[in-house]
Amino acid sequence: MISYGYHRYPGRLFVVEGTDGSGKSTQLSLLYQWLKSEGYSVFFSEWNSSPLVKDTTRRAKRRRLFTPTTFSLLHATDFADRTERDIIPPLKAGAIVLADRYIYTAFARDVARGCDRAWVRDLYKFAVKPTAAFFFRAPLSVAIDRIASARPQLKFYEAGMDMDWSDDEEESFKIFQGKILDEYDSMKSEFGLTLIDATQPIHTQQRQMREIVSRYLKEKLKEKAAPEK
Amino acid sequence: MKEMKFYGSALPGIEIEPYPGKLIVIEGTDGVGRSTHVALLRTWLESAGYAVLDTGMTRSVLAGRGIKNARTGHTLGRLTLQLYYATDFADRLENQILPALRAGFVVLTDRYIYSAIARGVVRGADPEWIRKIYGIALVPDAVFYLRMPSAEALARRVLATGRGFDYWESGMDLGLANDYYDSFIAYQKLLLKEFDRMSGEYGFHKIDASRPIKRIAAALRRSITPLIQEPPSQTGEAASPATVSPISRIPPPATPSAEPLSAEAELREKSA
Repeated sequence: MISYGYHRYPGRLFVVEGTDGSGKSTQLSLLYQWLKSEGYSVFFSEWNSSPLVKDTTRRAKRRRLFTPTTFSLLHATDFADRTERDIIPPLKAGAIVLADRYIYTAFARDVARGCDRAWVRDLYKFAVKPTAAFFFRAPLSVAIDRIASARPQLKFYEAGMDMDWSDDEEESFKIFQGKILDEYDSMKSEFGLTLIDATQPIHTQQRQMREIVSRYLKEKLKEKAAPEK
Repeated sequence: MKEMKFYGSALPGIEIEPYPGKLIVIEGTDGVGRSTHVALLRTWLESAGYAVLDTGMTRSVLAGRGIKNARTGHTLGRLTLQLYYATDFADRLENQILPALRAGFVVLTDRYIYSAIARGVVRGADPEWIRKIYGIALVPDAVFYLRMPSAEALARRVLATGRGFDYWESGMDLGLANDYYDSFIAYQKLLLKEFDRMSGEYGFHKIDASRPIKRIAAALRRSITPLIQEPPSQTGEAASPATVSPISRIPPPATPSAEPLSAEAELREKSA
């Protein structure tokens, strides 16, 4: 049976989650810099990064071919490739893997689009359980302001325009992000996500994150450490 | 009219309503003659005045090309490939199969979820997990399982067609044996076992695929005739009389089955 849920790999997997504009990617790259400077071997894994599936996803987005179900399944396909290629091998080798968005992104988005909650969770049963998953929570208004100032034009699926919630892109985006945030909130206890208040100063959030991450690190994960016998 | 029934939770955003069409599945391992029989049935149905849509694995607009490209390079992980197939299936279900059934077509599908489940399980997928993913599938009106008595008989059949053994049909990715023949036999044996297991679970109509083509075709037609002639009023209690119509008898197109893609494109437009 292919299921990595209860792995015993020597590596560590840390993931960041949260709505668009919560600042999670910034925090993850700061964590990356720190771990690198501490001498750990660190790998980065991003959402939508499988070279094999990327072309299909891009084409489907451009031609608007997705339904909620195929959107969900193709992202799971991409994630499976990521798992098999980018996540398991470094974990087996004892490295630290940092993932920008993980299965919780799919749970939040797909359920917001109307997919069955239990079905989506079953779909991702093969995923490796993270060492710790950080949920960067920003109130809806903050996240929307950040996105609006950073990106002039919202993309069709990003704004949830496929769902016919509203003809207005910004309005549709707000509705979609609201539903996503509700899903994240309900997942906090279901999956034991570590909550970080994303309205705090960046360095405060980073300090909290490093504190938690360092609990799971051991000297032997360091690159320069002598090879194990 | 038949009620829409799914194996698991229905697709999101799909209106559950009775449909006038028929979903007929031709299943079986590689090389049993599925596509031959789909083609024969299509001609037969169309000349009797039934509108037909035929579809099969990896023929989706969304994922078909991606899967083919990835398979050519043999570079997909096992899990990734299985989910890619599921994506392909969902796209065809939502954009080809369901619209055609609603429009009163007879949908003939060369393989359905059962092949995907068998391939997945043989490659180490959790049988329960993969069945849950395919819970989005509509329960077909009939599943015909073309069954060869043994993997060896299947190998002879494949050789007789003169095309030799293909990498995937031989399950070379599984590393079961060193050469194509031994691998083909070992792989097809595993698949047969999975198909036989599903036969009872999903209520397959078993057909001995070692018989002559003509006799198999006749057996298929005999079983399908009562299905498509079913009086519509029996199950149509939920539908108002105005919406109840027998399977549409559309005259066959001028060039039947010459360009199946155009029919699918047409359906896509109608459903949009």
